Amino acid sequence: MQLVLTKNIDGGGKRVDFAAYARSGGYEAVRKVVGKLAPADVVQVVADSGLAGCGGGGFPTGRKWQAMPSRAARPGPRYFIVNADEMEPGTFKDRYLMEGDPHQLLEGIVLAAYAVEADEAYIFVRGEYFQAIAALEAAIAEAQAAGVLGGLTIHVHAGVGRYICGEETALLNSLEGKRAIPRAKPPLPQVSGLFGCPTIVNNVETVCNVPHIVRHGAEWFRGLGVGDEAGTKIFGVSGRVNRPGVYELPMGTSLRVLIEEFAGGMRDGFQLRAVLPGGASTGFLGVEKLDTPMSVAGMAAAGSRLGTGNVMVLDDKTCPVGFIRNLQHFFAQESCGWCAPCRDGLPWVDQILAAMETGQGRQSDLAVLADMPGRMGPGKTFCGLAPGAMASLETGLKMFAQDFTRHVQERVCAWA
Amino acid sequence: MLTGEDFSARGPAAAIDCLRALQKERGYISDETLAEAAAILQMPVAVLDEVATFYNLIFREPVGKNVILLCDSAVCWMLGREALQSRIFERLGIAPGETTADGQYTLLPVVCLGACDRAPVLLVGETLHGHLDAAGVNKLLDGAA
Repeated sequence: MQLVLTKNIDGGGKRVDFAAYARSGGYEAVRKVVGKLAPADVVQVVADSGLAGCGGGGFPTGRKWQAMPSRAARPGPRYFIVNADEMEPGTFKDRYLMEGDPHQLLEGIVLAAYAVEADEAYIFVRGEYFQAIAALEAAIAEAQAAGVLGGLTIHVHAGVGRYICGEETALLNSLEGKRAIPRAKPPLPQVSGLFGCPTIVNNVETVCNVPHIVRHGAEWFRGLGVGDEAGTKIFGVSGRVNRPGVYELPMGTSLRVLIEEFAGGMRDGFQLRAVLPGGASTGFLGVEKLDTPMSVAGMAAAGSRLGTGNVMVLDDKTCPVGFIRNLQHFFAQESCGWCAPCRDGLPWVDQILAAMETGQGRQSDLAVLADMPGRMGPGKTFCGLAPGAMASLETGLKMFAQDFTRHVQERVCAWA
Repeated sequence: MLTGEDFSARGPAAAIDCLRALQKERGYISDETLAEAAAILQMPVAVLDEVATFYNLIFREPVGKNVILLCDSAVCWMLGREALQSRIFERLGIAPGETTADGQYTLLPVVCLGACDRAPVLLVGETLHGHLDAAGVNKLLDGAA
């Protein structure tokens, strides 16, 4: 098994410092490329590699970069931003990468900023990640002293909480000191982003891949996946499994291999009932889907999404209605309130599910819930928050229909 | 007066950084602090309050010396965060959103802390504690006292 992103990380929470990172070949890609290869050629290597966004969207990174107008076409300030606002419930991969090997991220930033001709970079990291913030700040100081950042300024911006900051245009508003409300697209951030300037926003894991792609080439990277999709992926498993944790495996590894071989299967006395394959914004998959490859296309074909690739396992001793209620409460609380379907619809869902959990649910509530995904699904709201919320509701209502019915008929939660 | 960085040069764009720095010094953002920040940033107080009240981690009311952020997301819920909340209530007499009378502790729920492999988890100040149960909460509070 080839480890790429986590090969330097021992998992004990210790940070890889500059010297150790350099010994492992770190910053070699910067020396090889900066000032020697044309920026457009770096963009091309990343495009050819098949690297796709690891924050949940899965959009091809090279294509995102190619949409940035050239410096000749758009003179003036340009920004490269790392989205490290890891708040998707069930997701803990970016924390691992930042706390363990912050220089890998910095080297990715230097290369990416060079490729898109940005002169300033920001890492937007959630404020609760104190250890990650300290690791990044220490690493930036080391890298500056070693002269590997060139002329690039890297700011660490600690966020002050709100899931919506992970949406790239809301993140831009937050970086401008405003409420984190998503912006209309178009214009894309590449054209009009931070302070109206051309801007790229990429997830931590995505950026961490860049040094390796530049060093070893696009073909090498494509060969790391086991199916059609490229690279390794930082998967995570949580819930009642024997070894919850972070696992770097080839893109396209099956859910079964991840859960049974790496996470050690279910704890004694518990059975796997369903999984959310990539965070709270993905749809449930049942036991019969465990052989599905964990890839963007694989998960889509199975009726869900790869999302962040961090799997939450629901066991047979946990109330699925309560689990879904927890997810919907989160989304209702974190709605920014900008558009009406999300602002009003999500609290409605939350209230109905809370009532069901305390035996106050009515039969007619089931029809109301079933109607919601059509009103808050893709295309019905300003951004992706509510459609993400609807994924678990829509799939959960079908998969756990009997449990929902029992809650309203018996007017009690059998797990309480 | 606010120490460190000169926020006035950046104007309203520095709103969040400025509020965060002031809160670090003073514990929370009082009306007086908000007005002071608005003057530094050269923006209307009401517009700054719009920003301040949007974010989960900007406190517009006093909080205790130690803020406990208890993860309330799905995996921690599944693995027993309710028992942690109950034990905190038994020991300190505070429910989410409340502060102890002696001003030592405030308990707040927080969105997934990104440590689901160690669930259930909470933050006390800047330190993350994982794999907790009710007994673990006892140990934590005894150790901190």
